[in-house]
Amino acid sequence: MANIPTAKPKVDAEHPATAQSPISNMAVLAPALGWLIPGAGHLIQKRWIRGALLMFSIVTMFLLGLATQGRVYKPNGGDILDILGFVGDVGAGGLYILTRAMDWGQVAVAHATADYGTKFLIVSGLLNFIAVADAYHIAIGKKQ
Amino acid sequence: MTLELSHFSAAVLFAAFASIVFGITQRTSAREQLRYGLYCFAMFVGGVFVAGWLMWLIRR
Repeated sequence: MANIPTAKPKVDAEHPATAQSPISNMAVLAPALGWLIPGAGHLIQKRWIRGALLMFSIVTMFLLGLATQGRVYKPNGGDILDILGFVGDVGAGGLYILTRAMDWGQVAVAHATADYGTKFLIVSGLLNFIAVADAYHIAIGKKQ
Repeated sequence: MTLELSHFSAAVLFAAFASIVFGITQRTSAREQLRYGLYCFAMFVGGVFVAGWLMWLIRR
């Protein structure tokens, strides 16, 4: 029986961990931590300035959303916009969990700018999803 | 604590925070990140002015 040559994994000089095992511990930990605490996925990979700026932007945006009496969506199976609102909100990770635990953001939208607050909350979650993807790309060596 | 933002200040804050995240996540080097962040901010705020003038024209 002829020996079938097995392909050896190429060792990437710049990112040795990614060439041998595409799913490293950091590739799991960084996005998970980044979702739970915005910016932490970058901080754990020693991207201090990027992590701090992401944390500042996302957390401030979320807090502004709460301060302007924005609405926090609960898990729901009703209107499609409500479902999408929940998907956006849940992107903020730990902030969303804390908000739900403390029962914040449950007031009725009473004035026009409160609707901005609702959008701030959703968008901060969506921005955190982008930050999580970026942390993952750094962890697998796709981005510096 | 209740905060009431004006329409313009809400738009500028939104633009600033979104631009920071876009700049950091969509570009690699620090210089490119800064440039892209400023570009996004200008587009956001410019879009606010364009939309504002369009609404003014429609209203007339």
